Amino acid sequence: MTTAILKQPTQPIAARKPNRSFVHGLITNKKALVGMIVMLVFIALALLAPVLFPGDPSRITAMASLEPSPEHWLGTTAKGQDVLALTVHGSRSSLFVGLTVGFASTFIGILVGLASAYFGKFIDEALSLVTNVFLLLPGLPLLVILAAFLPPGLGTVILVLVVTGWAGSARVLRSQALSIRSKDFVAAAVVSGERAGRIMFREILPNMASIVMGTLLACVIYGIGAQAGLEFLGLGDVSTVSWGNNLFWAGNEGALLTGSWWVFVPSGVCIALVAFALALINYAVDEVTNPRLRKIKTPKTIERSAAK
Amino acid sequence: MRFILRRLGFYLIAFWASITLNFLLPRFMPGDPVSRMFARSQDRMQPEQIEALRKLLGVDDRPLWEQYIGYLHNIFTGQMGVSISRFPTPVTEVIASQIGWTLLLGGTALVIAAVAGNLLGILAAWRRGGAIDSALPPLLVFIGSFPYFWLAMGALYLFGVVLGWFPIRHAFTAGLEPAFTWEFIGDVGAHLVLPALTIVLVSIGGWMLSMRNTMIATNSEDYITMAEAKGLRPGRIMLRYAARNAMLPSVTSFGMGLGFVVGGALLTEVVFAYPGVGYQLLNAVQGLDYPLMQGLFLTITAAVLLANFLVDILYVRLDPRVRSN
Repeated sequence: MTTAILKQPTQPIAARKPNRSFVHGLITNKKALVGMIVMLVFIALALLAPVLFPGDPSRITAMASLEPSPEHWLGTTAKGQDVLALTVHGSRSSLFVGLTVGFASTFIGILVGLASAYFGKFIDEALSLVTNVFLLLPGLPLLVILAAFLPPGLGTVILVLVVTGWAGSARVLRSQALSIRSKDFVAAAVVSGERAGRIMFREILPNMASIVMGTLLACVIYGIGAQAGLEFLGLGDVSTVSWGNNLFWAGNEGALLTGSWWVFVPSGVCIALVAFALALINYAVDEVTNPRLRKIKTPKTIERSAAK
Repeated sequence: MRFILRRLGFYLIAFWASITLNFLLPRFMPGDPVSRMFARSQDRMQPEQIEALRKLLGVDDRPLWEQYIGYLHNIFTGQMGVSISRFPTPVTEVIASQIGWTLLLGGTALVIAAVAGNLLGILAAWRRGGAIDSALPPLLVFIGSFPYFWLAMGALYLFGVVLGWFPIRHAFTAGLEPAFTWEFIGDVGAHLVLPALTIVLVSIGGWMLSMRNTMIATNSEDYITMAEAKGLRPGRIMLRYAARNAMLPSVTSFGMGLGFVVGGALLTEVVFAYPGVGYQLLNAVQGLDYPLMQGLFLTITAAVLLANFLVDILYVRLDPRVRSN
């Protein structure tokens, strides 16, 4: 969090433009670069899906359970759908839901975390209690029971994932906001009579930008994974094409037992690649902002005395 | 003691919240899941059982607070209604017959993942930049990126169907009589390998990385330098000085991790048709068996809360600082 402190206008060192060094640090970081390239490829695929594979991807175009071949690069499902088309189209729903859930739960997390840290006392107690209860309730069973009672559809999936996903980000953001809340410049802003909203969003929030970004990435990873899990259980909107639904149908049609590995491998690998890419970016953000985690090439003993 | 009481109060509130959620969900949700369920199962049910179910799910005309009190009474006296998909077995009986398998699967996987993950984390932080530190974290993060159930599908396909090393479904071979014989225990063990392996694989990375990062912070503490200056053996410094102090966050995440393992176990069970509560939850969802769904949710929640409480007590034992304030 050195960048956050440096960024303060009240401190003269602000001229070092830590923001640029943060972006620069991310771009020169190998992990971040790999992660961002993978993400860009997937976003491009999602956007270009209707051009690459025009028409409904779930229509039946060939014989059932064909192995991968030049005509069908990833083979066909037990119904005779093209697996590659399903996978590419699936990225649209999965990325959309993941990003929406990520942004929505981070947003709620910011609101709750900032309000907790700024107002303190009773409001903090109450909000922390709610946050901790939601953190403790086992996520997947809660997802299942919510999804089972709500009418099926994309809106339900997003709503349910946000309900179960916001608490983690709220907790992380609250503790960060608390430490910034106790800094002198916030006290100065309070004394000079700035409004609560302004202090929260203009004074405190900009100083925790890197944590917010880390939280956002974690929430997107959660959103994509949890959506897939929910859909795999058949609790999503089974009529849409998404990676989770592809896996649901693969399981339903017995792709495992008949040996059609090409039906279930692509969607799972895609989920993993996206989650891995986001995790890489997340670690890079950590490394850039937390000097202790940076790679140091000195021998252990010297490094330890140097760290002090 | 005050700490323990505070935590206990918190868990009671959390449990109350989940009961209330359970109560409100069927009553305030748009659409009518209850009548869907009744339409499906009416012909098999006795009139008085329908009446009891109506009460459980809130399709009666009493005022809301009266329903709520009745509901709480039912929960605490263990009356969770009758399962629809396994009619006419009571929900509590269905759950009781299956929770053991989930505890076995989840517990085994959690303990193995936590112990192995923490050990790897300790080693990685101690030999900073060594083989374990540079090769394992990226690999484990990559494996951890896969959805639980997908890895389970992969393991089932590879080791179960193609290689045929392990059985691919259920907890023991059909026809084998459950008993404390070596044959049966071995059979259960063989069925446990694949589901447990997938959960361990996915969750070990998180343990390792958090332990590694705490250890790196601990390694730069003064008392480590002091211990080195005293000339203690490196192994002793690593385990008794550094790791011991870095363990605390891991103990806390053990309780938290439980929730994830329960979730992971649910999906893994579905893939392997392992007869635990997760597999049953899916059956309940597919059979529109709302009483069973709710009962399972409450049971799982109660188990997770209880485990967290036990972890808190352990934490008080381990960290004297908590005891003093």
